[in-house]
Amino acid sequence: MADAADFTNNAKLTQYIGVMINNEQYGIDISFVDNIVRMQRITRVPKSQPFFPGVINLRGEIIPVMSLRRKFGLEDDVFTTKTRILILKPEPQASIGFIVDEVKEVLSLSEDDIDHVSNPDDRNTYVTGVGKHAKGLISIMNVPAVLAEKEAT
Amino acid sequence: MDVSQYLEVFIEEAKEHLQALNEHLLILEKEPENENTINEIFRAAHSLKGMAGTMGYKRMQRLTHDMENVFQEIRSGKMKVRSELTDVLFEGLDALQEYVDNIINTQDEGTNDNQPLIDALARELDVGLNGGQEKKEAEKPAAAPEKKEAPAPEAKPEDNVPKVNYAEYEKTAIQEAASEGLAAFEIHVDLQESCLLKAARAYLVFKAVEEFGEIIKSVPDAQMIEDEKFDFSFVVVVLSNAEPENIRKRVLNVSEVKEATVQKVDFGSAVPADTLEKAEEAVKGSDEKGAEAPAQTPAKAAAPATAQKSGQQTAKKAVVNRSVRVDIEKLDDLMNLVSELIIAKNGLASISGDDFAKKEKKTIYNEQIEYLERITSNIHQSVMKVRMVPIESVVNRFPRMIRDLSKKLDKPMELVMSGEETELDRTVIDEIGDPLMHILRNSADHGLESAEKRKALGKPETGLITLNAFQEGNSVIIECSDDGAGIDTEKVKKKAIEKGTITEEQAETMSEKDFIDLLFRPSFSTAEQVSDVSGRGVGLDVVKSKIESLSGTVECKTVLGQGTTFTIRLPLTLAIIQSLMVTIGGEKYAIPLGSIDTIEDIPKEEVKKVEKKEVINLRGSVIPLIRMAELLDVPGERPEKDTVTMVVVAKGDRKAGLVVDELIGQLEIVIKSIGKYINNSKMISGATVLGDGEVALILDANALV
Repeated sequence: MADAADFTNNAKLTQYIGVMINNEQYGIDISFVDNIVRMQRITRVPKSQPFFPGVINLRGEIIPVMSLRRKFGLEDDVFTTKTRILILKPEPQASIGFIVDEVKEVLSLSEDDIDHVSNPDDRNTYVTGVGKHAKGLISIMNVPAVLAEKEAT
Repeated sequence: MDVSQYLEVFIEEAKEHLQALNEHLLILEKEPENENTINEIFRAAHSLKGMAGTMGYKRMQRLTHDMENVFQEIRSGKMKVRSELTDVLFEGLDALQEYVDNIINTQDEGTNDNQPLIDALARELDVGLNGGQEKKEAEKPAAAPEKKEAPAPEAKPEDNVPKVNYAEYEKTAIQEAASEGLAAFEIHVDLQESCLLKAARAYLVFKAVEEFGEIIKSVPDAQMIEDEKFDFSFVVVVLSNAEPENIRKRVLNVSEVKEATVQKVDFGSAVPADTLEKAEEAVKGSDEKGAEAPAQTPAKAAAPATAQKSGQQTAKKAVVNRSVRVDIEKLDDLMNLVSELIIAKNGLASISGDDFAKKEKKTIYNEQIEYLERITSNIHQSVMKVRMVPIESVVNRFPRMIRDLSKKLDKPMELVMSGEETELDRTVIDEIGDPLMHILRNSADHGLESAEKRKALGKPETGLITLNAFQEGNSVIIECSDDGAGIDTEKVKKKAIEKGTITEEQAETMSEKDFIDLLFRPSFSTAEQVSDVSGRGVGLDVVKSKIESLSGTVECKTVLGQGTTFTIRLPLTLAIIQSLMVTIGGEKYAIPLGSIDTIEDIPKEEVKKVEKKEVINLRGSVIPLIRMAELLDVPGERPEKDTVTMVVVAKGDRKAGLVVDELIGQLEIVIKSIGKYINNSKMISGATVLGDGEVALILDANALV
């Protein structure tokens, strides 16, 4: 009985990958994420958007990587041993990498744990809501909005 | 028997036959007396019918059958080829194409009976043979061959004069046989009404009769008997020297045969009136099979009947794979190379053993690497060759299209094609059809003037459109030109200003070429009237973007009053290219070798400034200099050098010198896309992964010039 109850409860949960950007924790819906890789050599692509440092080679596939710090209008990345690239696959044929300061954990949050942002101002459109979990608060990232063509202010 | 495994073969061959029919029908339209052509047509139509029948596509079979009847009459010289007739026949081919398309998509031919077309064919047949009289008789047999399931002998064959009609060649065959002492017998066979497997019984009868001699014909024809398209009686005509009574007894020996009568064929009494013969043509259909290859007919009889049933049961899901026909020689080459690859691998493996001293190892290792390099580049070439398809497979449908357009637009025009054997990569071939078609339609509709206008201008009445394909260096060039009115740049200018595409000031400074480039902008059409052929302004921009997506370019040259030429330049291969690796400010870039003209090292002093732009005088021609480091915003300072290293790239007759820091060397690279999300400037055509895993970007010289 307990198992069954757990199961129904779990079904409502969404899993998020908790990442650190500028000392703030963001949650990225795990269904977007294909892979997490260590920082590697990035080839600059001239004339691309400023928040795209370039492209990387992931097992023969060329993947553009985006700096979330630059996209969010924060100070530029400082690459450390903790820096990771999250490889997202929003579409079957198109991948993209997000550079983050650190990958912390995987969190399971239910809808009830998330307060949705009601009136998002410019900077916060990249966040759909704020989730509460045992260790504190987490901003839920609006991945489609981040991917959409929009310059950081 | 499951026919689905033959589906691919069927589709491939059906396409080929249809193409052959289209091509030859076009020839026939021009040269109605060309005997070879009509024979070709007949052969193709006949094979197509047989194939469709075997696969159980009844509607397709029937339409082909009716068309074949028409071809038969043309072949025998009883009918003349008229333009109305070819129109109907072309429509018929379109309908057949539709069946094939349906089969490709759903494994089923669809439910369109094309009855109007079948009626039209019957009418043509009637008009062609009798000048329009006896319409009823003509229409019936041609329009509804299935209804003729019960041929004459059904009622009381003994009393009835058998209604088997013979074509000329059959009569000749019978007469020839008579001179050899063989008589022709008509055997009327009635099966018992309780008989379940009629086709199988018929097959046994055929077999029995064959023991006595050669079967030259049957009513209904062998195909229909195979398909059980007869009631309970049929007629077999055999050439034999046996006693009629013996044949009769043998046939009666087959179980479930109710009655059989054997009659000697005598042409003395038979009067084959035109109408009768025609009716018989419709019925006998594939009599060729019976006459030319009698042994085959019965042998095939049983199998297709069952095959057809299981064919109908197969699921309608599987979508047919795209396939390439490959010359067996090319495959053998590839196979040989793969064996060599295995040898090379073994060679490398053996070095790791302890048999060699260290120094020796190194030389052997280098040798093996060289060997391996040679093999891989050969394999690459081989695979590329396998992927290459002659452009013919795309352009061969154009003559037909131009013919139709000519009728529709009421302008006489001719399409002359050359270089159809030029080969292009399969992926390019698949994509290039639409843009080419678009350009041809443009030429036909906008380019060429009407016949009267042409006459007034002193041009030949028939407009000429040429399509020429050839290879030039690492690219294939397709030129499409017409001798029509050309593009009126003034008109383009007016239209562009009117539409607000450009301002009047802009127009002042624009060159003729700039105006022509306007045509490639989205929704820009100069046609005064929109026709259903073209003129909606969704044309040339689509052509351009499509060709650019294939890493090609399209150019347009026009002379007012003399015509327009579109030049499409396509890379020979898409995926793998030879390139020159260069460094620009510590970053590595690849420049496709195909677009490089020369590489120059020139003293700094020779760089001159013209209108604030750097140029260089290179052997008499002044070419602009592009500082790549600045253009690509490469960070960091670079030391000033005494000489400028310049890669001269060319696009058509325009050239530019790309200034780079250092040349690394030639490298074979695999082109990859840099992804969807990152802004792709036109300068970058893609990226490639180098041997050490580093990514290098590929510069698109075409965008830089």
